Amino acid sequence: MTALSERSTAPKKVRARPKWGDYSLRIVAGLVLLYLFLPIFVIVLFSFNDPAGKFNYTWQGFTLDNWADPFKYPALTEALKLSINIAFVSTLIALVLGTLLAIALVRQRFRGYRAVDTFMILPLTAPEVVMGASLLTLFLDFGWAAGYTTILIAHVAFEVSFIAMTVRARVRGFDWTLEDASMDLGASPTRTFFKVTLPLIVPGIVAAGMLSFALSLDDFIVTYFVSGSTVTYPLYVNAAVKAAVPPQINVLATAILVVSLLLLAAGTLYRRKKVVI
Amino acid sequence: MAGVATSGRQRSKIAPYLMILPALAYLAVFFVVPFFSLARTSLSSSGGSVYLPTLTFDWNFANFADAFTLYKDPILRSFGYAGVATVLCMLLAFPLAYVIAFKAGRFKNLILGLVILPFFVTFLIRTIAWKTILADEGWVVSALGSVGLLPDEGRLLSTSWAVIGGLTYNWIIFMILPLYVSLEKIDPRLLEASRDLYSGGTRSFRKVIFPLALPGLLAGSLLVFIPAVGDFINADYLGSTQTTMIGNVIQKQFLVVKDYPAAAALSLGLMGLILAGVLMYTRALGTEDLV
Repeated sequence: MTALSERSTAPKKVRARPKWGDYSLRIVAGLVLLYLFLPIFVIVLFSFNDPAGKFNYTWQGFTLDNWADPFKYPALTEALKLSINIAFVSTLIALVLGTLLAIALVRQRFRGYRAVDTFMILPLTAPEVVMGASLLTLFLDFGWAAGYTTILIAHVAFEVSFIAMTVRARVRGFDWTLEDASMDLGASPTRTFFKVTLPLIVPGIVAAGMLSFALSLDDFIVTYFVSGSTVTYPLYVNAAVKAAVPPQINVLATAILVVSLLLLAAGTLYRRKKVVI
Repeated sequence: MAGVATSGRQRSKIAPYLMILPALAYLAVFFVVPFFSLARTSLSSSGGSVYLPTLTFDWNFANFADAFTLYKDPILRSFGYAGVATVLCMLLAFPLAYVIAFKAGRFKNLILGLVILPFFVTFLIRTIAWKTILADEGWVVSALGSVGLLPDEGRLLSTSWAVIGGLTYNWIIFMILPLYVSLEKIDPRLLEASRDLYSGGTRSFRKVIFPLALPGLLAGSLLVFIPAVGDFINADYLGSTQTTMIGNVIQKQFLVVKDYPAAAALSLGLMGLILAGVLMYTRALGTEDLV
């Protein structure tokens, strides 16, 4: 942090060039940031809308009714619960598979390393529509009924690579000789694992897990292909676009956003505290 | 690398294979095998009725020729839309990533958090919000109309540009983040050196910043282009029947019309085109730059 602010202030002292290029760059960046938030403002605003008809697309008037009754539509609430359930279970499974893969790739040099490395990224290169379609043909071939299990299988399939990539990126730079140091000092392998290895890799695993959870919760396209008649949160939203969009969709989306914001803030504060120590 | 060498002493030869086995087995069954199912389906002939479709595997290569002639327009449109969206993402992401990397100072983490935040709202709901923003009776259309940028009765919704705009918005984060990572790695002393050697701002950008940002731009363009080319939500919500993309066709053929062979042939064709590009890319740069 300090090194960075030194960097950015240093050239200022040396030169007094006209700053308009710098200012316009900042303004453009600000406008892009505003563009990223434009739909978010609309979503939050329309959670307070009092829509006249079935669709919450035009502003009618301010109301707090939607916030007073966020769970007015049981089908929406159930869909959200199911999505959270699937995101949680699929992330747990994918974390085990992906973390083992990532650690093997970072710490070991084995025959076929390059092949595994390339194979691992392949699922990231398949567009969702192709992944959904291929899983659908597989389940048709197997004669499996689409539902909770097939959604879970599909989500784990696209999460594993994301988790493996994230964990690998986070643990790549670590000094693994610490493990040897611990054992040289007489710690047992088990003790070394819990006292040295685990604390080193846990932040990477947590980050990967959060990413995976978010991906699963947000997934529409793959789920659409393998869900059968099961309705997850994004599937509910999609059906609503065709039939009726209740403002409660905006209320829950805003609530999720606020929770994410709080988690983000807590994470930042936690990290800052650690830096101080 | 010393760590690998010295810590190798307690490790058995089979340990790495035991660690990679569960993930590889899972991906083999639920990522590789499905492609064989897809390939089999794409070479089958369909019969029976819509309610009870039957498939017979008979090396029916005509499916590919049929699908690609019948759906030539959506295929070309998808690659065109995704290409334009990728370029727009680069143009919008660059100034923002640059400012975060070099000018944000102590606000760096805050701005990065703000950049990620909108993507905590479900993709579909963000796209619905764009539907509201671009609506015919919305303030954007009337504002553009009043300054003469949009003709009377002109629309934004249901146009190609609405779809391209939606694709750009939904995946721009995957351009901003890798670009930021690339720019952040640039040693500021290189910029100072280029200035000390009397290089102007434009020249420094062209000779120093741009070449060093290239890995981020390339990774970002893959991460934007691939999901954008297969997407059908933006075309569905923000477009019209004139903006149908390949994803819309695949989805409709699989889930509505249930013409599995044609849909499977289209999916495989799309995957083949993308895979060819990605393999060339990883061969040239190595996979480590991708994330």
